[in-house]
Amino acid sequence: MSLDQATVARIAQLARIRVAADDRARMAQELSTILDWVEQLKSLDTSSVEPMTSTVEVVLPQRADEVTDGGYAEKVLLNATDPVRVSTTEDLGGFFTVPKVVE
Amino acid sequence: MILEGKTGKWEIVVGLEVHAQVVSKAKLFSGASATYGGNPNAQVSFVDAAFPGMLPVINGFVVEQAIKTGLGIEATVNEVSVFDRKNYFYADLPQGYQISQYTRPIVSGGKLVLDMPGGATKTVGVTRLHLEQDAGKSMHDQSPSKSYIDLNRSGVALMEIVSEPDIRSPEEAGAYLKKLRAILRYLGTCDGNMEEGSMRCDANVSVRKVGDTKFGTRNEIKNVNSIRFVMQAIEYEATRQVEVLEDGGTIVQETRLWDTARGVTRPMRSKEHAHDYRYFPDPDLLPLVLDPKAIARIKGEMPELPDAKKVRFVEQYKLTPYDAGVLVAEQEQADFFETVAKGRKDPKLAANWVIVELFGALNKKGVGVANSPVSAANLAGLLDLIENDTISGRIAKDVFQIMVETGGDAASIVKEKGLTQVTDTGAIDAAIAKVMAENEAKVAEYRAGKVTLFGWFVGQVMKSTGGKANPAKVNEILKAKLAG
Amino acid sequence: MAELVDLTIAQLRDGLSQRKFSATEVARAYVAAVEKNRHLNAFVVETPELALSQAADSDARLAKGQARALEGVPLGIKDLFCTKGVQTTAASRILEGFKPPYESTVTQNLFDAGASMLGKLNMDEFAMGSANITSHFGPVKNPWKRKDGKDLVPGGSSGGSAAAVAAHIVAGATGTDTGGSIRQPASFTGIAGIKPTYGRCSRWGIVAFASSLDQAGPMARDVRDCAILLRAMAGHDPKDSTSVPTPVPDYEAAMTGNVKGLRFGIPKEYRVDGMPAEIEKLWQQGIDWLKAAGAEPVEISLPHTKYALPTYYIIAPAEASSNLARYDGVRYGLRVPGNSLDEMYENTRAEGFGAEVRRRILIGTYVLSAGYYDAYYLKAQKVRSLIFRDFQEAWKKCDVILTPTAPSAAFGIGENADDPIAMYLNDVFTVPVNLAGLPGLSVPAGLSGEGLPLGLQLIAKPFDEGALFRVGGVLEKAANFTARPGA
Repeated sequence: MSLDQATVARIAQLARIRVAADDRARMAQELSTILDWVEQLKSLDTSSVEPMTSTVEVVLPQRADEVTDGGYAEKVLLNATDPVRVSTTEDLGGFFTVPKVVE
Repeated sequence: MILEGKTGKWEIVVGLEVHAQVVSKAKLFSGASATYGGNPNAQVSFVDAAFPGMLPVINGFVVEQAIKTGLGIEATVNEVSVFDRKNYFYADLPQGYQISQYTRPIVSGGKLVLDMPGGATKTVGVTRLHLEQDAGKSMHDQSPSKSYIDLNRSGVALMEIVSEPDIRSPEEAGAYLKKLRAILRYLGTCDGNMEEGSMRCDANVSVRKVGDTKFGTRNEIKNVNSIRFVMQAIEYEATRQVEVLEDGGTIVQETRLWDTARGVTRPMRSKEHAHDYRYFPDPDLLPLVLDPKAIARIKGEMPELPDAKKVRFVEQYKLTPYDAGVLVAEQEQADFFETVAKGRKDPKLAANWVIVELFGALNKKGVGVANSPVSAANLAGLLDLIENDTISGRIAKDVFQIMVETGGDAASIVKEKGLTQVTDTGAIDAAIAKVMAENEAKVAEYRAGKVTLFGWFVGQVMKSTGGKANPAKVNEILKAKLAG
Repeated sequence: MAELVDLTIAQLRDGLSQRKFSATEVARAYVAAVEKNRHLNAFVVETPELALSQAADSDARLAKGQARALEGVPLGIKDLFCTKGVQTTAASRILEGFKPPYESTVTQNLFDAGASMLGKLNMDEFAMGSANITSHFGPVKNPWKRKDGKDLVPGGSSGGSAAAVAAHIVAGATGTDTGGSIRQPASFTGIAGIKPTYGRCSRWGIVAFASSLDQAGPMARDVRDCAILLRAMAGHDPKDSTSVPTPVPDYEAAMTGNVKGLRFGIPKEYRVDGMPAEIEKLWQQGIDWLKAAGAEPVEISLPHTKYALPTYYIIAPAEASSNLARYDGVRYGLRVPGNSLDEMYENTRAEGFGAEVRRRILIGTYVLSAGYYDAYYLKAQKVRSLIFRDFQEAWKKCDVILTPTAPSAAFGIGENADDPIAMYLNDVFTVPVNLAGLPGLSVPAGLSGEGLPLGLQLIAKPFDEGALFRVGGVLEKAANFTARPGA
């Protein structure tokens, strides 16, 4: 098994997905099965191969420095849980809210 | 700077990471406005708020700004660079990752020449400059149970400029930031305003015994928003580390916050999780490939930067390196000086007036050169009056005071107040004769050998002419008359 | 007018332009068909009012002789495409109720061409699956049945799209294909589906799964309808940095019926162990059909084929783990409260994502994490280069490649469900095409012993979709696939 329960806990924390303590063993087993299967790549010699990140053979397009977007706080906040709006009558913007963070 | 500890001498080692907000109209990867302020979340596009299916498209002007800055710090502009995702969760990071550049930045290997007191210089290496997105803003004081999130800053273009650990004192750190800010402002790539957060600095600080070649464990100090605080934070942190080490402790690598109110650094509570940013190339963006011709064009359009200007000022205007350094620290100062000094026989006079009188007056008023009540043309007019003997240097200072208060031009003030210098020898002769007649005893003392009285006679003559007599002429004639 | 829903898009176009029937009549027929087939669970959201109002606009245009390419054609839209004001969830609980304030480029292109929308089609959650059993809104049923009468999967992830097209409850549908999500369900339901070249269709406004692999494409009754739809969907989009500014040709015009002298490659590595005899037989049949039409088979080698699936199952989860980080409960979608920000994140994401999505996010997080990046992610990117090169070598010997689309016919709902890897093997023939960014077309070609549809896949060079339509048309004609589900 390539993955232990502590590793499951660590990556679950990194991914911000709660995995209950009594579920870690099963998850470790499940993920290990997949990881063991992908390990077959190790048998390939890739020492002289460049990694491929994209199959597109064009140069990254660049846009002009113009303000063409934004200015619609109401739409940005429309789907949010518990937003706080500055005004109830006009779109003066507003805030998303999250549980209080202590820095 | 060397710290004297109980066990010996310690050296401070500092590397600085500066986040400079790129001057641009729109954000790095979206068309939303990048200007400061605005209603909360009003300068946010669906891209900035990371809505499903939204994609980044890079702002070409921001790329140019980064190239310009790279050339300004004499660095290599890389023809191919790559955008990576730096993955972490935070409330003001909507994508759950920051688009940044990790292994292949747009600029690498530059340097900054620091101007130290006394005219000395020190060169500090710049490891790299890369482009990345700013995060939004979290506000923690609005509600007892919630933090508020404003994404107006989210996606604004930043240049992260990382120095080599070449800095050895708080003063050098200050000089580094001043020089970097000057270059950014000369280039117009960042406004350098630390208070508004458009230039932010993290300091990596460690200490080691003098003579050691290995670096000590460093701490990163975040949240420092002025050059003065950076210097204080470094000094505090280095001293703290020496104390810990000398008490037999060890330095744990951590991120610390500068607490402005208390003047101390303290560990950050919210960063307790081990970081693992899982960088990988952003599959929504292709590698950034720059046209060498575009780089060459930008190079051709570069303005004269502080170091080159300083050299030129020393050569062209015969200034001391120190004076030249003071003048070139801000482009507006340098431009002001050049307007005043243009075509003048004695440019050093112009430098003195700008540095001593003008900067002194501006300091007192708390304004910058841009808002100077005395325009460069008006100061030049004043110096013209000195150089053509219309007024004396002393009178000029009075005139200058009036100019500072009223913003008027020198010639009008001199005319209005009748301050024109008396160079007519007849008038001076008469004044001298009068003074000598009224002070016969003193004349006798002088003639008996008490030559130190000469200054007193000059003063009396100047007084009787209301300070308007040409001092050189007064000296000349008085000397002859007293000699009998 | 019950037969209106049995017309192809090409036939609808002709009938509408000849005023044999109105767009409103067509829309009504489809709205009724959608209602009648709710047992398939193909739709997540039905939008009959929208379809009817769009049809009314189409009728006005038709009356003025201003018909556009897809005037009056009712389509189903995979729930991965953001549709303005219409709930878009990627079939995930975490996006339940989310109404995008914007329209994806591809759906906008379709609407601009005169098409209408019957609703949002069910799919595997975040397009992660090959059987449409991971949807938060429940599995989609394949309109085809095995002899034992068991409910079958339609394939996935575009399972709702495939089932809806096969059951004639939409005239055509959009799909997306990251590892086979258009072609495999097309094969499982007896329809045609094409994954275009990466960069051909804009990804803007499509919920991202794996950005370097995702590509939208059409699913329709036949190859010609796919050609008509793709022409409208495709095109350069300045809002997608990976969109390619190559002009969109008239794909229908490419369907000349002539494949004389064309060389089609048969990759020997695709004869995988345990491939059912009936798949092998169908493949041979395909070779014979194209030979009979004057094309020339060439044996080719794609030596790294067997590494494609493991490569895919590193790259796709890695990209997904990052792409899905934005679903955090802060700005839209589900929020499950917690005492701290991190608790809120962890609760929201644990309850909002289904098991397969969570599994892939964790795998993706792991392969990118410190100490494992080189061994997994970087390695996979290098193998991807090798797979890409395999195809580049192949193009020296052939113009298109012919393979089976999937290693089996549709299976029962619940089968393969406990073994992720067995499920992943469904994509063994389709995944290499995504890794290489190539276009691939699945053409319905025959029936299995159980009476279920089987597809053949054609693969072409980058941006040579025209060749796929040309050869696909010939293959389709030879196969003469006329079977209907439940017939």
